[in-house]
Amino acid sequence: MVQFNLPKNSKIVTGKTWPKPEGATNVRKFQIYRWNPDDEKNPSVDTYFLDMDRCGPMVLDALIKIKNEIDPTLTFRRSCREGICGSCAMNIDGINTLACIYGLDEIKGDVRIFPLPHMPVVKDLIPDLTHFYAQHASIMPWLETKTNRPEKEWRQSIEDRKKLDGLYECVMCASCSTSCPSYWWNGDKYLGPAALLHAYRWIIDSRDEATGERLDMLEDPFKLYRCHTIMNCAKTCPKGLNPAAAIAHIKKMMLERAH
Amino acid sequence: MADVNRGNRPLSPFMLGKYYRPQMTSISSILVRITGNALIAAAFLSVWWLLAAATGPEYFDFVNWLITSWIGDIVMFLSVWALWYHFGGGLRHLVWDAGRCLDVATSEKLGWAMLIGATIMTIITALVV
Repeated sequence: MVQFNLPKNSKIVTGKTWPKPEGATNVRKFQIYRWNPDDEKNPSVDTYFLDMDRCGPMVLDALIKIKNEIDPTLTFRRSCREGICGSCAMNIDGINTLACIYGLDEIKGDVRIFPLPHMPVVKDLIPDLTHFYAQHASIMPWLETKTNRPEKEWRQSIEDRKKLDGLYECVMCASCSTSCPSYWWNGDKYLGPAALLHAYRWIIDSRDEATGERLDMLEDPFKLYRCHTIMNCAKTCPKGLNPAAAIAHIKKMMLERAH
Repeated sequence: MADVNRGNRPLSPFMLGKYYRPQMTSISSILVRITGNALIAAAFLSVWWLLAAATGPEYFDFVNWLITSWIGDIVMFLSVWALWYHFGGGLRHLVWDAGRCLDVATSEKLGWAMLIGATIMTIITALVV
Protein backbone atom coordinates (compact mmCIF):
# COMPACT_ATOMS: atom_id res chain seq x y z
CA MET A 1 0.00 0.00 0.00
CA VAL A 2 1.20 3.46 -0.86
CA GLN A 3 1.89 5.22 2.38
CA PHE A 4 3.00 8.81 2.88
CA ASN A 5 3.03 9.25 6.63
CA LEU A 6 4.35 7.47 9.67
CA PRO A 7 1.94 5.57 11.93
CA LYS A 8 1.04 7.21 15.23
CA ASN A 9 3.56 5.29 17.36
CA SER A 10 6.36 6.23 14.94
CA LYS A 11 5.92 10.01 14.79
CA ILE A 12 9.18 11.68 15.68
CA VAL A 13 9.39 14.19 18.54
CA THR A 14 12.23 16.51 19.50
CA GLY A 15 14.67 14.76 21.78
CA LYS A 16 17.39 15.73 24.17
CA THR A 17 20.10 18.25 23.31
CA TRP A 18 23.38 17.09 24.79
CA PRO A 19 25.96 19.62 26.05
CA LYS A 20 28.62 21.03 23.73
CA PRO A 21 32.21 19.90 24.28
CA GLU A 22 34.16 22.42 26.38
CA GLY A 23 36.98 24.41 24.83
CA ALA A 24 36.36 23.10 21.31
CA THR A 25 36.59 25.48 18.37
CA ASN A 26 35.62 23.16 15.51
CA VAL A 27 32.19 21.92 16.63
CA ARG A 28 29.74 20.01 14.46
CA LYS A 29 26.08 19.25 15.14
CA PHE A 30 24.73 15.71 14.88
CA GLN A 31 21.04 14.87 14.82
CA ILE A 32 20.39 11.22 15.54
CA TYR A 33 17.22 9.13 15.66
CA ARG A 34 16.54 7.53 19.04
CA TRP A 35 13.99 4.99 20.15
CA ASN A 36 14.11 2.92 23.30
CA PRO A 37 11.95 -0.22 23.48
CA ASP A 38 12.00 -0.08 27.29
CA ASP A 39 9.90 3.06 27.70
CA GLU A 40 6.58 4.00 26.19
CA LYS A 41 7.81 7.13 24.41
CA ASN A 42 7.71 7.88 20.68
CA PRO A 43 10.94 8.01 18.68
CA SER A 44 12.90 11.26 19.00
CA VAL A 45 15.82 13.04 17.40
CA ASP A 46 18.64 13.83 19.82
CA THR A 47 21.17 16.56 19.17
CA TYR A 48 24.86 16.02 19.90
CA PHE A 49 27.88 18.27 19.41
CA LEU A 50 31.34 16.91 18.62
CA ASP A 51 34.78 18.47 18.62
CA MET A 52 35.81 17.71 15.03
CA ASP A 53 39.49 18.35 15.78
CA ARG A 54 39.38 15.24 17.94
CA CYS A 55 37.24 12.98 15.74
CA GLY A 56 38.04 10.43 13.01
CA PRO A 57 37.06 11.12 9.39
CA MET A 58 34.11 8.75 8.97
CA VAL A 59 30.50 8.90 10.17
CA LEU A 60 31.11 5.71 12.17
CA ASP A 61 34.04 7.40 13.97
CA ALA A 62 31.65 10.13 15.08
CA LEU A 63 29.03 7.61 16.27
CA ILE A 64 31.63 5.69 18.27
CA LYS A 65 32.94 8.94 19.75
CA ILE A 66 29.42 9.89 20.85
CA LYS A 67 28.89 6.46 22.38
CA ASN A 68 32.27 6.52 24.16
CA GLU A 69 32.30 10.08 25.39
CA ILE A 70 28.78 11.52 25.51
CA ASP A 71 25.98 8.96 25.55
CA PRO A 72 26.75 5.26 26.07
CA THR A 73 23.10 4.34 25.44
CA LEU A 74 23.30 5.25 21.72
CA THR A 75 22.81 1.93 19.94
CA PHE A 76 23.97 0.93 16.45
CA ARG A 77 25.44 -2.08 14.64
CA ARG A 78 29.06 -2.01 13.53
CA SER A 79 31.82 -4.50 13.05
CA CYS A 80 34.50 -4.39 10.36
CA ARG A 81 34.81 -0.58 9.96
CA GLU A 82 35.90 -1.08 6.33
CA GLY A 83 32.75 -1.65 4.28
CA ILE A 84 32.87 -5.43 4.05
CA CYS A 85 30.51 -6.63 6.77
CA GLY A 86 27.51 -4.44 5.94
CA SER A 87 26.51 -3.99 9.60
CA CYS A 88 26.53 -0.20 9.90
CA ALA A 89 24.10 0.56 7.06
CA MET A 90 21.93 3.55 7.98
CA ASN A 91 20.27 6.61 6.50
CA ILE A 92 22.88 9.37 6.55
CA ASP A 93 22.20 12.84 5.13
CA GLY A 94 19.17 11.53 3.24
CA ILE A 95 20.71 8.50 1.56
CA ASN A 96 21.40 4.95 2.71
CA THR A 97 25.03 4.01 3.08
CA LEU A 98 27.60 2.40 5.37
CA ALA A 99 28.64 4.72 8.20
CA CYS A 100 32.17 3.29 8.16
CA ILE A 101 33.00 4.26 4.58
CA TYR A 102 30.99 7.49 4.35
CA GLY A 103 33.18 10.49 5.08
CA LEU A 104 31.98 13.32 7.32
CA ASP A 105 33.46 15.70 4.74
CA GLU A 106 30.93 14.42 2.18
CA ILE A 107 28.11 15.98 4.20
CA LYS A 108 27.22 19.65 4.10
CA GLY A 109 26.01 21.21 7.34
CA ASP A 110 24.54 19.20 10.22
CA VAL A 111 24.88 15.44 10.15
CA ARG A 112 21.46 13.75 10.23
CA ILE A 113 21.42 10.02 10.96
CA PHE A 114 18.36 7.74 10.90
CA PRO A 115 17.85 3.99 10.74
CA LEU A 116 17.33 2.40 7.31
CA PRO A 117 13.98 3.72 6.02
CA HIS A 118 10.57 2.06 6.42
CA MET A 119 11.75 -0.74 8.69
CA PRO A 120 10.60 -1.78 12.16
CA VAL A 121 13.09 -0.35 14.66
CA VAL A 122 14.62 -2.63 17.29
CA LYS A 123 16.42 0.24 19.03
CA ASP A 124 17.89 3.59 17.92
CA LEU A 125 19.69 2.98 14.61
CA ILE A 126 19.03 -0.76 14.49
CA PRO A 127 16.31 -1.96 12.11
CA ASP A 128 14.74 -5.42 12.27
CA LEU A 129 16.10 -7.24 9.22
CA THR A 130 14.32 -10.58 9.84
CA HIS A 131 12.01 -10.26 6.84
CA PHE A 132 14.85 -8.96 4.62
CA TYR A 133 16.98 -12.04 5.44
CA ALA A 134 14.03 -14.39 4.93
CA GLN A 135 13.55 -12.93 1.44
CA HIS A 136 17.21 -13.52 0.69
CA ALA A 137 16.89 -17.14 1.85
CA SER A 138 13.79 -17.60 -0.34
CA ILE A 139 15.76 -17.11 -3.59
CA MET A 140 17.98 -20.14 -2.79
CA PRO A 141 21.31 -18.31 -2.47
CA TRP A 142 23.42 -21.37 -3.18
CA LEU A 143 24.62 -23.49 -6.12
CA GLU A 144 21.89 -25.92 -7.24
CA THR A 145 23.12 -28.83 -9.34
CA LYS A 146 21.59 -31.98 -10.81
CA THR A 147 24.49 -33.69 -12.56
CA ASN A 148 26.87 -35.85 -10.56
CA ARG A 149 29.44 -34.10 -8.47
CA PRO A 150 32.74 -33.59 -10.32
CA GLU A 151 35.82 -35.17 -8.82
CA LYS A 152 37.16 -31.80 -7.70
CA GLU A 153 35.46 -28.40 -8.01
CA TRP A 154 32.68 -27.20 -10.34
CA ARG A 155 34.68 -25.54 -13.07
CA GLN A 156 33.88 -22.30 -14.82
CA SER A 157 35.49 -20.44 -17.73
CA ILE A 158 37.06 -17.05 -17.15
CA GLU A 159 34.33 -15.42 -19.28
CA ASP A 160 31.55 -17.07 -17.28
CA ARG A 161 33.21 -16.09 -14.03
CA LYS A 162 33.33 -12.48 -15.24
CA LYS A 163 29.52 -12.42 -15.42
CA LEU A 164 29.45 -12.60 -11.62
CA ASP A 165 31.46 -9.40 -11.21
CA GLY A 166 29.28 -6.60 -9.91
CA LEU A 167 27.00 -9.17 -8.25
CA TYR A 168 29.04 -11.29 -5.83
CA GLU A 169 30.38 -8.19 -4.04
CA CYS A 170 27.04 -7.50 -2.33
CA VAL A 171 27.41 -7.49 1.48
CA MET A 172 23.66 -7.64 2.24
CA CYS A 173 23.65 -4.33 4.11
CA ALA A 174 20.03 -3.65 3.00
CA SER A 175 20.82 -0.07 1.90
CA CYS A 176 19.31 -0.68 -1.54
CA SER A 177 16.10 -2.44 -0.54
CA THR A 178 15.30 0.18 2.09
CA SER A 179 15.94 3.01 -0.40
CA CYS A 180 13.31 1.64 -2.79
CA PRO A 181 9.84 3.26 -2.67
CA SER A 182 8.40 0.07 -4.16
CA TYR A 183 9.94 -1.92 -1.31
CA TRP A 184 8.61 0.57 1.24
CA TRP A 185 5.09 0.08 -0.02
CA ASN A 186 5.09 -3.58 -1.07
CA GLY A 187 8.01 -4.95 0.94
CA ASP A 188 5.89 -7.79 2.29
CA LYS A 189 5.54 -9.34 -1.18
CA TYR A 190 8.12 -7.62 -3.40
CA LEU A 191 11.55 -9.21 -2.89
CA GLY A 192 13.43 -5.93 -3.24
CA PRO A 193 16.71 -5.09 -5.00
CA ALA A 194 19.08 -6.98 -2.69
CA ALA A 195 17.32 -10.35 -2.86
CA LEU A 196 16.78 -9.96 -6.63
CA LEU A 197 20.42 -9.07 -7.25
CA HIS A 198 21.33 -12.29 -5.44
CA ALA A 199 18.70 -14.19 -7.43
CA TYR A 200 20.30 -12.95 -10.66
CA ARG A 201 23.77 -13.81 -9.38
CA TRP A 202 22.69 -17.51 -9.25
CA ILE A 203 20.56 -17.39 -12.40
CA ILE A 204 23.51 -16.40 -14.58
CA ASP A 205 26.07 -18.60 -12.82
CA SER A 206 27.17 -21.04 -15.55
CA ARG A 207 27.55 -23.84 -12.96
CA ASP A 208 24.01 -23.56 -11.63
CA GLU A 209 21.51 -26.07 -13.04
CA ALA A 210 18.27 -24.69 -11.61
CA THR A 211 17.89 -21.61 -13.84
CA GLY A 212 14.37 -22.61 -14.94
CA GLU A 213 13.14 -23.21 -11.38
CA ARG A 214 14.68 -19.94 -10.25
CA LEU A 215 12.89 -18.02 -12.98
CA ASP A 216 9.63 -19.89 -12.24
CA MET A 217 9.88 -18.81 -8.64
CA LEU A 218 10.24 -15.13 -9.61
CA GLU A 219 7.44 -15.18 -12.24
CA ASP A 220 5.06 -13.28 -9.99
CA PRO A 221 3.40 -9.86 -10.17
CA PHE A 222 4.89 -8.87 -6.83
CA LYS A 223 8.15 -10.74 -6.21
CA LEU A 224 9.87 -9.37 -9.33
CA TYR A 225 7.58 -7.01 -11.21
CA ARG A 226 7.12 -4.39 -8.49
CA CYS A 227 10.46 -3.02 -9.70
CA HIS A 228 9.69 0.11 -11.75
CA THR A 229 13.35 1.00 -12.35
CA ILE A 230 13.27 3.90 -9.90
CA MET A 231 17.01 3.27 -9.44
CA ASN A 232 17.34 4.52 -5.87
CA CYS A 233 19.01 1.14 -5.24
CA ALA A 234 21.82 1.61 -7.75
CA LYS A 235 22.26 5.24 -6.76
CA THR A 236 22.66 4.44 -3.05
CA CYS A 237 24.60 1.14 -3.06
CA PRO A 238 27.73 1.74 -0.93
CA LYS A 239 29.55 -0.95 -2.92
CA GLY A 240 28.71 0.70 -6.28
CA LEU A 241 26.62 -2.24 -7.52
CA ASN A 242 23.56 -1.96 -9.73
CA PRO A 243 20.59 -4.06 -8.55
CA ALA A 244 18.26 -2.23 -10.98
CA ALA A 245 20.27 -3.57 -13.93
CA ALA A 246 20.25 -7.09 -12.47
CA ILE A 247 16.47 -6.95 -12.10
CA ALA A 248 16.07 -5.65 -15.67
CA HIS A 249 18.13 -8.58 -16.90
CA ILE A 250 15.93 -11.05 -15.02
CA LYS A 251 12.85 -9.48 -16.64
CA LYS A 252 14.55 -9.80 -20.02
CA MET A 253 15.30 -13.49 -19.41
CA MET A 254 11.63 -14.01 -18.50
CA LEU A 255 10.61 -12.58 -21.87
CA GLU A 256 13.25 -14.47 -23.79
CA ARG A 257 12.23 -17.84 -22.41
CA ALA A 258 8.54 -17.11 -23.10
CA HIS A 259 9.22 -16.79 -26.84
CA MET B 1 17.73 -11.63 20.28
CA ALA B 2 15.73 -10.73 23.34
CA ASP B 3 12.06 -10.43 22.58
CA VAL B 4 11.68 -6.91 23.91
CA ASN B 5 8.65 -4.82 22.97
CA ARG B 6 8.46 -6.46 19.57
CA GLY B 7 4.79 -5.64 19.08
CA ASN B 8 5.10 -1.88 19.27
CA ARG B 9 8.18 -1.27 17.16
CA PRO B 10 8.03 2.07 15.36
CA LEU B 11 8.43 2.32 11.61
CA SER B 12 11.61 4.19 10.67
CA PRO B 13 11.04 7.41 8.70
CA PHE B 14 11.17 7.08 4.92
CA MET B 15 9.35 9.96 3.21
CA LEU B 16 10.89 11.26 -0.02
CA GLY B 17 12.23 14.74 0.44
CA LYS B 18 12.20 15.03 4.21
CA TYR B 19 14.05 11.82 5.04
CA TYR B 20 15.09 10.37 1.70
CA ARG B 21 16.86 12.72 -0.68
CA PRO B 22 15.07 12.95 -4.06
CA GLN B 23 17.15 11.56 -6.92
CA MET B 24 16.95 12.45 -10.59
CA THR B 25 15.88 8.88 -11.30
CA SER B 26 13.24 8.68 -8.57
CA ILE B 27 11.70 12.05 -9.48
CA SER B 28 11.61 11.27 -13.20
CA SER B 29 10.01 7.91 -12.35
CA ILE B 30 7.31 9.28 -10.05
CA LEU B 31 6.53 11.98 -12.66
CA VAL B 32 5.74 9.25 -15.19
CA ARG B 33 3.15 7.92 -12.77
CA ILE B 34 1.76 11.37 -11.89
CA THR B 35 1.46 12.42 -15.55
CA GLY B 36 -0.17 9.07 -16.36
CA ASN B 37 -2.83 9.59 -13.71
CA ALA B 38 -3.33 13.26 -14.60
CA LEU B 39 -3.90 12.26 -18.21
CA ILE B 40 -6.93 10.23 -17.15
CA ALA B 41 -8.54 13.52 -16.13
CA ALA B 42 -7.46 15.13 -19.41
CA ALA B 43 -8.93 12.20 -21.34
CA PHE B 44 -12.27 12.61 -19.50
CA LEU B 45 -12.24 16.33 -20.34
CA SER B 46 -11.74 15.55 -24.02
CA VAL B 47 -14.50 12.94 -24.00
CA TRP B 48 -16.78 15.39 -22.23
CA TRP B 49 -16.09 17.92 -24.99
CA LEU B 50 -16.96 15.34 -27.68
CA LEU B 51 -20.07 14.24 -25.78
CA ALA B 52 -21.14 17.86 -25.53
CA ALA B 53 -20.74 18.20 -29.30
CA ALA B 54 -23.08 15.22 -29.72
CA THR B 55 -25.60 16.52 -27.17
CA GLY B 56 -26.55 19.86 -28.68
CA PRO B 57 -25.29 23.28 -29.73
CA GLU B 58 -26.09 25.07 -26.44
CA TYR B 59 -24.39 22.52 -24.25
CA PHE B 60 -21.44 22.39 -26.65
CA ASP B 61 -21.11 26.18 -26.51
CA PHE B 62 -20.81 25.99 -22.74
CA VAL B 63 -18.25 23.15 -22.65
CA ASN B 64 -16.33 24.58 -25.58
CA TRP B 65 -16.20 27.95 -23.84
CA LEU B 66 -14.87 26.28 -20.68
CA ILE B 67 -12.22 24.20 -22.43
CA THR B 68 -11.02 27.11 -24.60
CA SER B 69 -11.06 29.63 -21.74
CA TRP B 70 -7.71 30.62 -20.28
CA ILE B 71 -8.07 28.05 -17.50
CA GLY B 72 -8.94 25.35 -20.04
CA ASP B 73 -5.96 26.47 -22.12
CA ILE B 74 -3.61 26.05 -19.18
CA VAL B 75 -5.03 22.62 -18.33
CA MET B 76 -4.76 21.46 -21.94
CA PHE B 77 -1.26 22.91 -22.33
CA LEU B 78 -0.09 21.05 -19.22
CA SER B 79 -1.84 17.92 -20.46
CA VAL B 80 0.12 18.10 -23.68
CA TRP B 81 3.31 18.35 -21.63
CA ALA B 82 2.16 15.37 -19.52
CA LEU B 83 1.39 13.39 -22.67
CA TRP B 84 4.85 14.02 -24.14
CA TYR B 85 6.55 13.32 -20.83
CA HIS B 86 4.60 10.10 -20.30
CA PHE B 87 5.44 9.09 -23.88
CA GLY B 88 9.13 9.73 -23.14
CA GLY B 89 8.84 7.64 -20.00
CA GLY B 90 7.41 4.80 -22.06
CA LEU B 91 10.33 5.03 -24.48
CA ARG B 92 12.77 4.98 -21.58
CA HIS B 93 11.13 1.83 -20.23
CA LEU B 94 11.44 0.22 -23.68
CA VAL B 95 15.16 0.98 -23.73
CA TRP B 96 15.58 -0.36 -20.18
CA ASP B 97 13.54 -3.48 -20.90
CA ALA B 98 15.90 -4.18 -23.79
CA GLY B 99 18.64 -4.31 -21.15
CA ARG B 100 20.30 -1.06 -22.25
CA CYS B 101 21.23 2.26 -20.58
CA LEU B 102 20.81 0.78 -17.10
CA ASP B 103 23.75 2.53 -15.46
CA VAL B 104 22.92 5.41 -13.13
CA ALA B 105 24.66 8.15 -15.14
CA THR B 106 22.87 7.27 -18.41
CA SER B 107 19.53 6.85 -16.63
CA GLU B 108 19.89 10.33 -15.16
CA LYS B 109 20.66 11.74 -18.59
CA LEU B 110 17.57 9.99 -19.98
CA GLY B 111 15.54 11.61 -17.18
CA TRP B 112 16.78 15.06 -18.18
CA ALA B 113 16.12 14.22 -21.83
CA MET B 114 12.50 13.38 -20.92
CA LEU B 115 12.01 16.69 -19.08
CA ILE B 116 13.66 18.84 -21.75
CA GLY B 117 12.26 16.79 -24.63
CA ALA B 118 8.70 17.01 -23.29
CA THR B 119 9.05 20.79 -22.90
CA ILE B 120 10.40 21.29 -26.43
CA MET B 121 7.75 19.00 -27.96
CA THR B 122 5.00 20.78 -26.02
CA ILE B 123 6.09 24.17 -27.34
CA ILE B 124 6.25 22.78 -30.89
CA THR B 125 2.81 21.18 -30.45
CA ALA B 126 1.35 24.43 -29.12
CA LEU B 127 2.84 26.40 -32.04
CA VAL B 128 1.58 23.93 -34.66
CA VAL B 129 -1.90 23.54 -33.14
